[in-house]
Amino acid sequence: MDMKRDYYEDVRLFGSKVVLFWFLVLIAFLGFFPFLFRNYYVYLANYMAINVLVAIGLNLLVGYTGQISLGHAGFFAIGAYGTITLMTSAHLPFLVALVLAAIGAALLGFLLGLPALRLEGPYLSIATLGFGLTITQVIGRIGFFGGRQGLHAPELTIFSWHLDSDRDFYYLLITITVILTLVARNLVKTKVGRAFIAIRDADIAAETLGVNIMLYKTLAFAVSAFYTGLAGGLYAFVLRFIEPQIFSLLMSIIFLAMVVVGGLGSLFGSIAGACLLSWLDLELRNILSIPYLGGWLEALSKSYFSITGVSNIQLIIYGSIMVSIMLFEPLGIYGIWIRTKLYWKTWPF
Amino acid sequence: METKNRTIFFEVCNLSISFGGLDALNDISFEVHKGEIFSIIGPNGAGKTTLFNCINGIYKPDGGHIIFKGQKIQGKRPDYVARLGIGRTFQNIELFTHMSTMENLMLGRHRYIKAGLLRGAIMWAKRSFAGREEVAHRRKVEEIIDFLDLQSVRNKFVGSLPYGTQKQVELGRALAMEPELLLLDEPCSGMNSEEKQDMIFWIKDIQDALGITILLIEHDMKMVMDISNRILVINFGKIVTEGSPEEVQKHPEVLRAYLGEQDNLENIA
Ligand SMILES: Nc1ncnc2c1ncn2[C@@H]1O[C@H](COP(=O)(O)OP(=O)(O)OP(=O)(O)O)[C@@H](O)[C@H]1O
Ligand SMILES: [Mg+2]
Repeated sequence: MDMKRDYYEDVRLFGSKVVLFWFLVLIAFLGFFPFLFRNYYVYLANYMAINVLVAIGLNLLVGYTGQISLGHAGFFAIGAYGTITLMTSAHLPFLVALVLAAIGAALLGFLLGLPALRLEGPYLSIATLGFGLTITQVIGRIGFFGGRQGLHAPELTIFSWHLDSDRDFYYLLITITVILTLVARNLVKTKVGRAFIAIRDADIAAETLGVNIMLYKTLAFAVSAFYTGLAGGLYAFVLRFIEPQIFSLLMSIIFLAMVVVGGLGSLFGSIAGACLLSWLDLELRNILSIPYLGGWLEALSKSYFSITGVSNIQLIIYGSIMVSIMLFEPLGIYGIWIRTKLYWKTWPF
Repeated sequence: METKNRTIFFEVCNLSISFGGLDALNDISFEVHKGEIFSIIGPNGAGKTTLFNCINGIYKPDGGHIIFKGQKIQGKRPDYVARLGIGRTFQNIELFTHMSTMENLMLGRHRYIKAGLLRGAIMWAKRSFAGREEVAHRRKVEEIIDFLDLQSVRNKFVGSLPYGTQKQVELGRALAMEPELLLLDEPCSGMNSEEKQDMIFWIKDIQDALGITILLIEHDMKMVMDISNRILVINFGKIVTEGSPEEVQKHPEVLRAYLGEQDNLENIA
């Protein structure tokens, strides 16, 4: 046996010095980012960071464990409403409220995971979809949560640090997102993540190796809901105002789209998918103000694609980009990345 | 060995299960001694795999008992049975296709690894609890990789490996959980003769060197007669006979079904 083999290499956070180097470069870039770009891009980065958290959480459930969810906007809402109400009503500090709200989402995720044990595929989609819709309905009816009027986010202070600009909030968000990304990486490389993947690939074999699939399937829901709830709590402070309609079915679907477009079962894919779709979402809002083309597109969509006569060209372009990615690379952005890597490895042969 | 209150290592009593009127297993009883290779043979659809599925807890039997080291295990969940020390391979390979050989075998270590969600999440260095555990268990898995000559496919995705190698990885995965009782469901099916020879060698070695008791389902009569200590013959869910290879070979029904013609001896399916 090769006694010198370093078994930790298989699971090390940074597989090699090169990877560590690029990670540090990325961290440095993220650190200087707000000074290099104007405020709009800082806002975009915040939006991306939140979606990265959701996409990673959702991917742990969908991509790694093989359970689908069309109700993650529900967990997102619980995080958002939970954080604000815990701060305003229970007067808890922001970070405490945020973590408690995320734990609340995780508990609810665990509960949703229980009926999910008996459901698969299309049936699970409908069950989770029902969950997502119910959450927004319930919140919309409870006066404590602001009802249909919504809630305003309070001032944000962490100890004595007043986070009163997008830039301040950026640093908080990036820190949380980087840490939770590394945590997810560790999870998928150790016992829990292996059990998730095993359940997805061959659940009966996993059981006969001692994996309690009930425990791990519900755990996947809980972890996924934790990430999403935490992201929701942070999102409340990006928007500064939340109302039930925000947490719609469309939001759940977009979350799922991020994971699928990025690549199921790949953390890199989740990050890429979340960033791409966040960017498209914000950027396409400006499409109508492009000279000439914008007006033409608006007229086109109004006359041909819209039933109500309202322009929906953003959604159409958004959708076509998603369709093309899936058409050309079923593994999503992750698949494109793998092929590029392979190409450069074998280049120029 | 023959002490007064020797607990029976593994025992099946009056086991029955039916699927919509079909008696897949009907009043099956037998006993397995520690350290032996106990084979189960019978024609297609006899109920062999169903018997394994009952032992594992994948199926809940309609009646009867399964007792492992003095504990009733019938109707228990598969993961519970696994944690008691019963390992298994499958007739139709059930590997984790998107994982490497190493990772597949690491799932065999699942029941020994303590770092769960929290300690796994904060694995920040080799010295952390989860880090040390990963290293220790990977080292253990490496021993099995060496034992089964799997070094060349150590880091390959198992989905892309040849059929025979996949069967080997599955055996390795079951061994990684260090079972006391190992259920092998047609470990040699679909293998070429060279792979078959290797597999037979390993099965014997698992018995001799690792001291693991083996329950074996196999259609290759020559191999079964060669390596089994005792054999159980079932057909239509019922026991035909049980005994040593010599005894079983003489049984008229076995002779008729399997060994009637000499050329059948080589390849009976
Ligand atoms: N889940 C199930 N539902 C219905 N019938 C089943 C089920 N599992 C097994 N059977 C039936 O039970 C009988 C025994 O099947 P089993 O798979 O145990 O046979 P076997 O002895 O392993 O055969 P082979 O040599 O082909 O593997 C068959 O008639 C099979 O159709
Ligand atoms: Mg069978």
